[in-house]
Amino acid sequence: MEKKYWKSLEELNNQPPTEKGDNNTHQSGLLEIMNDEIAGKTTSRRNFLKICGYGFATAAIASSCENPVKKAIPYLNKPEEVTPGMANHYASSYFDGSEFSPIVVKVRDGRPIKIEGNDIESLTNGGTSARAQASILSLYDGEARLKTPTRDGKATSYSALDEAVVQKLTNISEAGKATALLTPPIISPSTRQLINEFIDAYPGSTHVVYEPVSYSGMLEANKMSFGKTVIPDYKFDRAEVIVSFGADFLGTWLSPAEFAAAYAKTRDLTGNQKKLSYHVQFETGLSITGSKADKRIPIKPSEEINLLRALDAALAQQGSEAPAEIQSLAHILRQNKGKSIVVSASNDVHAQLLVNHINHQLENIGQTLDFNSAFLTHQCIDAEFENLLSRIDSGEVNGLILWGVNPVYDYPDTARIVATLQKPELTVSLSSTTDETLAFMKYCSPGHHYLESWGDAEYKQGYLTLAQPAIRNIYSTRQPQDSLLKWMGKEEDYYTFLKNYWLTHILNGNEADWTTTLQKGVLLKSVSESQPSFQATDTSSIQEVPATGGYELVLYETIALGNGQYANNPWLMELPDPISKVCWDNFAAISPATASKLGAVAGGMLNIKEVDIPVLIQPGQAEDTISIAVGFGHTAMGKVANSVGKNAYPLIGVLNGSRQRYVTGITPVVSKATYALASTQMHHSMEGRPIVRETTLKEYLVSNDAGNEMHKEIEEKNITLYKEIKFEGHHWGMAIDLNKCTGCSTCVISCQAENNVPVVGKEEVMKYRIMQWMRIDRYYSGDEKNPEVVFQPLMCQHCDNAPCENVCPVSATNHSAEGLNQIAYNRCVGTKYCINNCPYKVRRFNWFRYATNNEFDYNMNSDLGRMVLNPDVTVRERGVVEKCSLCVQRIQEKKLLAKNENRLLQDGEIQPACAQGCPSGAIIFGDLADPESRISKLFKDPRNYHLLEDLHTLPSVGYLTLVKNSNEA
Amino acid sequence: MYKTEVRGPLILGDKNYHQISTDIIAPINQPVPLWWKVAFGISNLALLFGLVAIYQTVSVGIGTWGVNNSVGWAWEIINFVWWIGIGHAGTAFSIFLLVLRQKWRTSINRAAEAMTVVAVMCAAIFPALHMGRVWLAFYIFPYPNTRGPLWVNYNSPLFWDFIAISAYLLISASFWYFGMVPDFATIRDRTTSKIKKAVYGFFAFGWVGTSREWLRFEALSYVLGGIAAVLVVSVHSIVSTDFAVSVIPGWHTTVFPPYFVVGAIFSGFAMVMTLMIIIRKMYKFQDYVTSSHLNAIAKILIFISLIMGTAYATEAFIAWYSGNRYEIFTFFYNRATGDYSIEYWTMIICNAIVPQLFWFKKIRKNLTAAFIISIIINIGMWFERYNIIITSLAKDFLPSSWVTYSPTWVEIGVFVGTLGLFGAGVLLFFKFIPMMAISELKGILKVTSYNTNDKKHISHE
Repeated sequence: MEKKYWKSLEELNNQPPTEKGDNNTHQSGLLEIMNDEIAGKTTSRRNFLKICGYGFATAAIASSCENPVKKAIPYLNKPEEVTPGMANHYASSYFDGSEFSPIVVKVRDGRPIKIEGNDIESLTNGGTSARAQASILSLYDGEARLKTPTRDGKATSYSALDEAVVQKLTNISEAGKATALLTPPIISPSTRQLINEFIDAYPGSTHVVYEPVSYSGMLEANKMSFGKTVIPDYKFDRAEVIVSFGADFLGTWLSPAEFAAAYAKTRDLTGNQKKLSYHVQFETGLSITGSKADKRIPIKPSEEINLLRALDAALAQQGSEAPAEIQSLAHILRQNKGKSIVVSASNDVHAQLLVNHINHQLENIGQTLDFNSAFLTHQCIDAEFENLLSRIDSGEVNGLILWGVNPVYDYPDTARIVATLQKPELTVSLSSTTDETLAFMKYCSPGHHYLESWGDAEYKQGYLTLAQPAIRNIYSTRQPQDSLLKWMGKEEDYYTFLKNYWLTHILNGNEADWTTTLQKGVLLKSVSESQPSFQATDTSSIQEVPATGGYELVLYETIALGNGQYANNPWLMELPDPISKVCWDNFAAISPATASKLGAVAGGMLNIKEVDIPVLIQPGQAEDTISIAVGFGHTAMGKVANSVGKNAYPLIGVLNGSRQRYVTGITPVVSKATYALASTQMHHSMEGRPIVRETTLKEYLVSNDAGNEMHKEIEEKNITLYKEIKFEGHHWGMAIDLNKCTGCSTCVISCQAENNVPVVGKEEVMKYRIMQWMRIDRYYSGDEKNPEVVFQPLMCQHCDNAPCENVCPVSATNHSAEGLNQIAYNRCVGTKYCINNCPYKVRRFNWFRYATNNEFDYNMNSDLGRMVLNPDVTVRERGVVEKCSLCVQRIQEKKLLAKNENRLLQDGEIQPACAQGCPSGAIIFGDLADPESRISKLFKDPRNYHLLEDLHTLPSVGYLTLVKNSNEA
Repeated sequence: MYKTEVRGPLILGDKNYHQISTDIIAPINQPVPLWWKVAFGISNLALLFGLVAIYQTVSVGIGTWGVNNSVGWAWEIINFVWWIGIGHAGTAFSIFLLVLRQKWRTSINRAAEAMTVVAVMCAAIFPALHMGRVWLAFYIFPYPNTRGPLWVNYNSPLFWDFIAISAYLLISASFWYFGMVPDFATIRDRTTSKIKKAVYGFFAFGWVGTSREWLRFEALSYVLGGIAAVLVVSVHSIVSTDFAVSVIPGWHTTVFPPYFVVGAIFSGFAMVMTLMIIIRKMYKFQDYVTSSHLNAIAKILIFISLIMGTAYATEAFIAWYSGNRYEIFTFFYNRATGDYSIEYWTMIICNAIVPQLFWFKKIRKNLTAAFIISIIINIGMWFERYNIIITSLAKDFLPSSWVTYSPTWVEIGVFVGTLGLFGAGVLLFFKFIPMMAISELKGILKVTSYNTNDKKHISHE
């Protein structure tokens, strides 16, 4: 038996200590010892030193050993599904008023930390958009989110608010006046039902849909042509010829994530495919869709209708007077009847009628344009909103409930809106975030963030999804549907309402299906009506638009900010636009020739309609046109959004009840002011270097390694003095198909969310210190009037002969046994030698402390904002280098899972954040050591090459050459 | 050996042993002159500014500098290499001229070695300061530890650098100090001040000048000299490997080790010239630092300048001859004709062309011209490092990561601070340490000096 040592009799006898001293008495006890020591002693040098030493030691102990106590309270009863350190995933739906994604929310320890695309029976194959990825951060936006119900801007209680609102609603209804509910498109079937019930409860009420960037012209044209106010589903995967007039369908138009997936299928040359679609893009400003096009034709927006007329005519009869370009296009289209798509983003009914007629002529209806799965995501008819405004002005509508719309910001005539909003007796906002409109609302019953909400969606006919809360509401908010139910005097909550609706209308009362659908998130119901017949409208009456002098101004949405509702999201604000590479601003894009004509220079400003806007000289911009992005220039949204850029909505008005997208006859004046834009790429040419290797389909069909001949040569010459690394286990690698990559930047945000990448702000971006681990390099080539554009996603290449590794003096960056180039942050002393020696310049340095620093007052500077951080990834300290880890935490997670389940890892099971988010499936991750894996096959593809492979860095990332179909025309 | 009058005497003014001691020790005993006080004040102000900049760097972060995602090293490494280069001259003087039996080194080597020690101290600030986490700089020591044990990366040139510089600083300082021991003893013996007696006595190590002591002294000199000779070559070759080992175009060059060593000696000699002109002027040491001393330095500078010109030409030639598109871009389209052409041609003019003026005897003899040229050389050498470091990093392989760089006040502040430290260090040396090796000067007095007694030059034996 072990000897037992004891310090006191109490301990020996297992008695509690006689005196339970807390910290303070303990300290005073120390002092007493000293007093005892001093007592009755003469002051000798020896004693003096002894006491001094004791005093110092005591002071040091007392001051340093007291660490703040952080309390972690364990569960009393642990919920069954919560395991600390293990993530839960909940299927849900993302809809921001225009774009929809079925998603899976990753929840760690009770807080949602990441959005992933839902790949179960999903049309997006798990892809999402950058905005969907970033929406998680808005959940933790402690500044913009509304926290309590208010009345005239002052906090109130829900009961008081409900009482007042119900009273007013009843008064209005009894007075024979109307209450209008103004919302973005409602794609939730149960909510539509609920709104109908609300309208029944308060007779005279009306529901108006409002969208700042509407598809009104298209809806009206489709009503005329097909008798249905819907937008057909465009089956880009079935199209062999795609002609788009200004529709940025890979970036911002309609459902880009889904279209990117479908489009990528037609641009896929892996697996022995020999065919590419042929894509022609007519557009004003350069978009990512235009960049991917095989042929891009810059046009003035006013020319669009003329071109459509010419194309329509050329299709109807050969040998019309149309220009040769249109003739040949018509020829190609005619050869691909039923296999082509013609789309236009115009908001002009006439243009859309022509488009419908063209598609009808091409027999595309029912083939590539499918009305059975028509889009329901856009419902706004511009004229209805105009009508509502005049009804309010006339006093006919005396109550207004706003839900997720912000007309004071995004309606062109701000003064009119402000005046009108002050007229109704009752104005209530159901929005979840603060905005410019809120100040004019009497009441506010703040809504949940969508991740706190129940819901459902039918974004396309027959494609039903459910949304479930991933976290309990953080603030004292209430879901708008619950508010409406309350105000209707109903006791049931929206969850009950939703479930009843689904059981009654969709699931035929099957409870089990409810649970299954909730788990999967998606329910497909086949709709098999016959396609609507085309009702010819008289398109011949559509007049040719005469050429106008002056400049034409076009508004467009950016990939990051869209229509501007997420402007307070720092991730999106700092997302470089894939074309201009500018973030933290909008600008007036003009072509180089226009710039010299106007005398405008980069760094200068243009005065357009009394607004000074910074100039960006954009190659590929149509001559005499100016493109300006909407979504910027907020004044009351939060510290990120406010006064960044200029609000472009007021620049273009409403004509005949229809929101215009462009305006002619603008006279911009070069302003004296100067302005610096923050751009993440300063040089735009590849300088003839084999960085993005590209070829044409014709050459590719002759030789599979066209444009990539040097790869073979370099591989053959591959020689080294050193022992080559053998990978015993896994050898991780990544392949990026440049043909599929659209530049949409979802991967950038997905990576930022997964890896706790900080936001650094405009000033630091201007110093070339953006922290994003993933970047999209964009290069121009050819004519500056209409350049070829290529994209190249770039992250750490995980070189097996990494230049960064051998120069680190402390071995902080080194190679894993699985081929990963890894950094031990704790070991890094920050010499930055690795940054210099990286030929790809993908390593990032923590120039400052980015977390908990008031100088970087973004999401990592508040307790709430830090909730989004991924606990699996370290938040880096000032002074260390960081970079892409190929999501080593995800690799580890899946490896452990496979080990626990006693099975081998499956190919494709591990998906880094970028690959998971990529809508077009351009990023493939896998094990190079497994010869059967997808990545191994891609690495053997003759199109595969490694960036700067002649340096013998042996990257584990491969690129597949870009093949354009440009010589078929 | 030969006797010739061509080289001229190295000590003028009819000196004897006593006079040499008196002359050299004079500044130590005299009150400091006004110019010294002013210069010292300015140096300390500069040093203070540097301290503020260093405080800013350490407390806020490297972000206070102008460096960025592509240009990870900038002013701090330019200045580091520049100072190390300057710090080359002292030991080079002592060793190489000793080996070559150049007697004229005796009046210069002390100052050159002092300058070396101060310059290396200035240089050593930068590698530490440029670390993101300078408080963990000790990770770079290979010491047994409980972290595995985790060792340093012996493949990294930065580690070699650390070893080379510490060794160089240690040996240079020892070499300098041990050379001073007999002189300290001389001061101790001559002074009347008790404090000076104590202090110099302490540093004199109880030197009494016995023949046994001289024997040991010379043996130590040879040992340290032998080690230092290797280090003179190794330290800057190793600094050059910081660049040569990398893959970056403009860095990845095999010519770097000799090119850096020669460049370092070039800047070091130029700095010696600057300093000797100041010493000669301010302390009226014309008898010891004669125009033939400066003439000799100038001739060496012509020679090294030619080597530098050859090195620049070689670099450009190899870039073209290799056919490597990245190298061709770096040398021809980025440096010679591109955004950095001003810096490039400044380097060429200052280092390869201006020193050629020394071919003219009039210019060699004109102290003002020599002084200006010596300063121009050091400016040129600073731009050489600027060219190597900034241009290569700012525009390397992928045009997407091409950036521009400009320094902030903090980086400039740190540099100004090291200039202040150098100035202050050198001024303290002027005041408290014999500026010339008294014992060694005495050693050549009978061989090469002008003596009124026999009215003739005594030249080399």
